[in-house]
Amino acid sequence: MADLDQTNEPVELDRVIIRFAGDSGDGMQLTGDRFTSASAVFGNDLSTLPEFPAEIRAPAGTLAGVSAFQVHISDHEITTPGDAPSVLVAMNPAALRSELHQLIVAGTLIVNTDAFEERNLTKAGYRTNPLTDGSLERFTVYEVPMTTLTKDAVAPLGVKPRDAERSKNFFALGLISWMYTRPSAPTLDWIDEKFGSKPQMAAANRAAFAAGHAFGETAELFEHPYSIRPAPHAPGTYTNITGNTALAWGLVAAGQMAKLPIFLGGYPITPASDILHELSKHKNFGIRTLQAEDEIAGIGAALGAAFGGHLAVTTTSGPGIALKSETMGLAVSLELPLVVIDIQRGGPSTGLPTKTEQSDLLQAMYGRHGESPIPIVAAYSPARCFDVAIEAARIALKYRTPVLLLSDGYLANGSEPWLLPQVVDLPDISVDFATETNHIDGDGNPEFWPYLRDPDTLARPWAIPGTPGLEHRIGGIEKADGSGNISYDPANHERMVHLRADKIAGIANDIPPVTVVGDVDDANLLVVGWGSTWGAIDGAVNRCRARGHRVAHAHLVHLNPFPANLGEVLQRYPHVVVPEMNLGQLSRLLRAEFLVDAKSVTKVRGVPFSAGELEAAFLKEMGA
Amino acid sequence: MTIDTPTTTPQDWASDQEVRWCPGCGDYSILKAVQTLMPQLGGTPENTVFVSGIGCAARFPYYMNTYGMHSIHGRAPAIATGLAMARDDLDVWVVGGDGDMLSIGGNHLIHALRRNVNLTILMFNNQIYGLTKGQYSPTSEVGKVTKSTPFGSLDQPFNPMSVALGAEASFVARTHDLDRKHMMEMFRRAREHRGAAFVEVFQNCNVFNDGAFAAITAKGARDDMLIPLVHGQPIRFGAEQEKGVIVDDQGRARIVSVADVGEDAILVHDEARAEPGLAFMLSRLSAGPYEPTPIGVFRAVARPDYGSETNRQLAAAQDKAGPGDLTALLHSRPTWDVD
Ligand code: SF4
Repeated sequence: MADLDQTNEPVELDRVIIRFAGDSGDGMQLTGDRFTSASAVFGNDLSTLPEFPAEIRAPAGTLAGVSAFQVHISDHEITTPGDAPSVLVAMNPAALRSELHQLIVAGTLIVNTDAFEERNLTKAGYRTNPLTDGSLERFTVYEVPMTTLTKDAVAPLGVKPRDAERSKNFFALGLISWMYTRPSAPTLDWIDEKFGSKPQMAAANRAAFAAGHAFGETAELFEHPYSIRPAPHAPGTYTNITGNTALAWGLVAAGQMAKLPIFLGGYPITPASDILHELSKHKNFGIRTLQAEDEIAGIGAALGAAFGGHLAVTTTSGPGIALKSETMGLAVSLELPLVVIDIQRGGPSTGLPTKTEQSDLLQAMYGRHGESPIPIVAAYSPARCFDVAIEAARIALKYRTPVLLLSDGYLANGSEPWLLPQVVDLPDISVDFATETNHIDGDGNPEFWPYLRDPDTLARPWAIPGTPGLEHRIGGIEKADGSGNISYDPANHERMVHLRADKIAGIANDIPPVTVVGDVDDANLLVVGWGSTWGAIDGAVNRCRARGHRVAHAHLVHLNPFPANLGEVLQRYPHVVVPEMNLGQLSRLLRAEFLVDAKSVTKVRGVPFSAGELEAAFLKEMGA
Repeated sequence: MTIDTPTTTPQDWASDQEVRWCPGCGDYSILKAVQTLMPQLGGTPENTVFVSGIGCAARFPYYMNTYGMHSIHGRAPAIATGLAMARDDLDVWVVGGDGDMLSIGGNHLIHALRRNVNLTILMFNNQIYGLTKGQYSPTSEVGKVTKSTPFGSLDQPFNPMSVALGAEASFVARTHDLDRKHMMEMFRRAREHRGAAFVEVFQNCNVFNDGAFAAITAKGARDDMLIPLVHGQPIRFGAEQEKGVIVDDQGRARIVSVADVGEDAILVHDEARAEPGLAFMLSRLSAGPYEPTPIGVFRAVARPDYGSETNRQLAAAQDKAGPGDLTALLHSRPTWDVD
């Protein structure tokens, strides 16, 4: 196989999709993450898709325990983690069995042969060894005894054999890093930093990484390495960021731009906990975090902090939203700013807790008692979670309302390069607290009316405790328009229901119109998306257009209210399709709101659409 | 500390809203006690917040001319936790009933107590659901016949003092609605306690559970049926102080005749004991408001409060890392430049 005459000069590729797969205990997420980081620093464009089981340690060697990480790197702009990997790294038989169907025909398969012994083969459900039974003929297979080579490499360090084996993911990382000429320094630096307090482990991981790298170079198994040039990015400073980190940083930024301290009340839940973790680190920003006794207390404490004048946030996933919905109703009634973050996952109930879905849109829209409209914004790529967090805070503060921010498991854990914004370019979202009385009572005395609204925004004044003369009581009972006193008057209730609805509807005038990307004038098909489907839709639309089809794309960040021009945009196109990772929730809203024949393309498999799947769906829709 | 020259009057603390409890409800005297006490505490209406859940008692904030929030059934301790963490300059009170705080909100109550959030929590215990018109509550006696339990309730009631002590509360006290002086003293102590202070107030619901506490709180009954707990004093009661509480050789708290055991054998109340076991035993002396029942401060121990500790961590982080710098945060992960 090896052509000994060839030099080891890398062969250039424009992109590659690599999938690392192994047992949950094999460290595949870390391997994928380090490979990604090195590629990011190198300057490639990239997109990632981590996939892991709900169990922390499912039984070793089983299909249920397989953890995978897909990364797409390229020398040009990309928006998805790729349709199908061209390289699969399988650390054991279960990983091979569960992931092989993803690999393209003639793709590269790198297996850890040490793991292909009888017990593991049986656990994975193989009757015969796929490495020897000819079933892998369609692929280019590289058999590498990674466990043995790792043990050999770390043996001189005096590492116990059992611990030595744990470094084999770094061997795989070293090997793949050589194959794709990734710089080693970022990984080696990271090892030093991460394992600084455990020098032996650091040394073992370095040795394993170096051994993997050297194996690629010297084993004469591989013809040559590959290289992928940096992508032409706009000038500036970049970092590689996951959606949850970007969202947490967006909240930090929102606090700075609002000049308010942040209060986060939350309860651990996958896949939202990372936001609580991240914000808990940044206490020097004056951020208070409370890991509450339950989801209800998390939002309750946040609402209490909002009453006290903080920028209040609560983070959760779908089931937590259900628990918080009573308090969201109170927040609608109290008209206090509150950012509610839902990192959606497969549902209902525990569903697929580590997998992605977009099935909470209707819950966000309607999942409360009474007429209780709440603005909804949705992030559409990992890095964009930063901006959307600021936008959610802006709306909440300006309109004194709870705002729902929808992200999902794919955005939360997926990553992409992010051109770091300049702080001076971030929007000022500060608001004023009320300091003066705003009404004269029947006896001519000044008094404070907590529900006397701003005529433009319909927002009520935010008077925080500690302000003399503005003492007032608010509560869940219907309030008299203006004075805010308890009122059971039917006409007043109807007026208040309309006022609250009008306030939220009016936000449409304060958000950007939806823009159509692509064949604006005479497109035949408009694809409308929201949230994390953006990348796949973008890829699919580009492919359709490259094939001469007239397809355009509109992507919604604001889902309640919709942008003011959306109805008019929808009417412009003969065909409208709405791809969603649910059973058609946005399409239902569009049909109800605009009477358009919006066709639904759905997928609820816990993984994002690929651009290829959507391309096929769009072509079908156009009868092509 | 009670101040000498109040700058506010009880009227300054009363809102202009019409009080809408049933005539004769015990809540009136509790409201009066709080409004009378407030000027003596030296706070200001603008720095005081009353947070409540749902129920008759939970209407309380509407009647105080302070900041207030009438929130959701059971959630007041959680909401107040966020407010007190965010604003440790405020004087935050939580008011609710037995259903609000021990049934639907039991979880929030125990966690506010264990965290020692700086809150003054008043629980009006009338052993019934009033606002929903008379169902049994988590403090109702076994066998309570109500609309929802026509054959008698089966549930063992909570003993609120035991619950609070078991939840690591740093301040636990009990009083009743017929003794304004005692109420004011307990509320004052609770408010002056830094951390979570829990006060149970026996409160008569004259509509749905009239006389629930009459056997122990009626004027003629008190001497024999209420056992005043006074820090540093032997625990004695009865018209002639002829009865007292001892810990017997089996380690149980028991009511005895002082003459039988001698004065020196009587337990001296120590509310500041670090270990809550003895306070818990005192809370178990009475099985219900038909036996001699201790009132007063069961426990008052100093423990760092949650808001102060939160702020301490914030200040330490700023000392170490300097005030938050957003640009530095954005550059805190590996970065690369594109020209
Ligand atoms: S129902 Fe009972 S507790 Fe409620 S207001 Fe009437 S008397 Fe008071």
